[in-house]
Amino acid sequence: MSHIFTALPQVLVDGLTLGAIYAVVALGYTMVYGILELINFAHGEVFMTGAFIGTGLLLSLGMFGIDMPAWITLILILIMTALLTGLLGIGIERLAYRPLRKAPKLIPLISAIGISFILQDLVRFVAEMKTGNYIVTGTTLFEGKFTIPFSSIIGSFQNATIKTNTIILIGITIVIMILLDIFVNRTKWGTAMRAVAQDQETASLMSINVNKVISLTFFIGSAIGGATGFLFAQQYATIDPYIGFILGLKAFTAAVLGGIGNIRGAMFGGLMLGVLEVFAAANLSTLTGGVLGSEYKDVFAFAILILVLIFKPEGLFGKSVKEKV
Amino acid sequence: MTKRALLEMSQVSAYYDQIQALQDISLEVNMGEIVTLVGSNGAGKSSTLKAICGQIKTSGTISFLGNDISKLPPHQTAKLGVAHVPEGRRIFPKLTVKENLEMGAFQLKSKKDIEQQMELVYQYFPRVKERLHQKGGTMSGGEQQMLAIGRALMSKPSILLLDEPSMGLAPIIVEQIFEIIQELNQTGMTILLVEQNAYQALSIAHRGYVIQTGKIILTDSAQNLLENKQVTEAYLA
Repeated sequence: MSHIFTALPQVLVDGLTLGAIYAVVALGYTMVYGILELINFAHGEVFMTGAFIGTGLLLSLGMFGIDMPAWITLILILIMTALLTGLLGIGIERLAYRPLRKAPKLIPLISAIGISFILQDLVRFVAEMKTGNYIVTGTTLFEGKFTIPFSSIIGSFQNATIKTNTIILIGITIVIMILLDIFVNRTKWGTAMRAVAQDQETASLMSINVNKVISLTFFIGSAIGGATGFLFAQQYATIDPYIGFILGLKAFTAAVLGGIGNIRGAMFGGLMLGVLEVFAAANLSTLTGGVLGSEYKDVFAFAILILVLIFKPEGLFGKSVKEKV
Repeated sequence: MTKRALLEMSQVSAYYDQIQALQDISLEVNMGEIVTLVGSNGAGKSSTLKAICGQIKTSGTISFLGNDISKLPPHQTAKLGVAHVPEGRRIFPKLTVKENLEMGAFQLKSKKDIEQQMELVYQYFPRVKERLHQKGGTMSGGEQQMLAIGRALMSKPSILLLDEPSMGLAPIIVEQIFEIIQELNQTGMTILLVEQNAYQALSIAHRGYVIQTGKIILTDSAQNLLENKQVTEAYLA
């Protein structure tokens, strides 16, 4: 049992890494839900597409022999990936959701699933055409590794190791979350986004172009999700066209945990889910005396979702009653 | 007062699904007037305002300042200077009072203009100023109505469309709000006022239209309508 305690620092580092990814992807779900009450199930695939676009860009840079400092490459690729996946998000909304805006809620959900399959197959097709295999391993921009001396803080802790990539991932996702929070809460267009989420009809009377705000929402959600896809690829090295499915489900879980539609809730839900999942993966077999192995970590994650839904269906940060007049 | 039609509807009809909500509505509002549209529940008063704003599809022509606005979506109609205070006030409940006002000024580009309009709103509604950082949804009905009118004023509109500003409010608050409407008009604001409370509306208006089951059945000066037997029996009893 003491193993649980001594390994805690590493669990925390790995958990926050995974959680930061969940958090940013969860933001995409929660923003779209907040504004359209639509669960954009294609969002996990936008994340996956971002992972492939970013990795593809990195590999082509290598192919053309373009050599830049790693951090410039990183920033360039992140911006390009964000732009492209942002546009992809706008396109998905235009093609698959906008024509169905007045349809019953179930219909756009089906078309979201359709878009998911299309993206999976499209990415698989392109990846196989270019590399001969749909499982792609990219090059790593940063190779470094550090040891955080937790043992010098509390004697019984083990030290945790952290990759340079992980530091970058956590750093950039935190910057994304802070910027998004500022945008939504402090800027004119961010306020317009919240206004549209509360009352589209009245927002349009304020000369707010509701469609433009919706496009903007899809752009931002998809751009940050796609950029995080590339960070994910850097962190875990190997990607395939199906990584978006389970990750999307978990990010959606995180959004529900935090109270869907609630931006800060999604951030918190993501981080919490990441830490809990890694904790489960590291300790399930110890805790259950070897009955359940670490492969049951997903069961653990979704069991938490079910528990939250039973006891606090509005999510940890959600309001139980919608204030819609 | 020089008669110049600011807003003109002619032969406007509108449907909700299969049901006809408006039938050949023709009305005009001149610069500087308060015009009121009175009628009972479901007569088509709100639909008329929604038709002007482009919230429902219509046939016929609606012109504002000489532009045909009948096919414009709501956000473009608003940009031309039509400010609509919707029925039930429709404050953004989770935005602060200040944010609500800022949304009203969404189309204004310069910070100076926005501040100027804010000051104007504070002048008419000092109560709004006291509550700037409170969430809109936490205010009382009367305060919300004041905020809704203030929010509409933020866009520097040429005309104010008011949909049942008296709805659900205590008589004393209604009186205050009607006084403010009159004051606004005295400083040059043109107003189209939709009301179920016909007596109150007609007593501050210049002219009035009576609407019944989607049709205009009567129009006259407000004074004459107040004395009209048909009107007094149907709406002022």
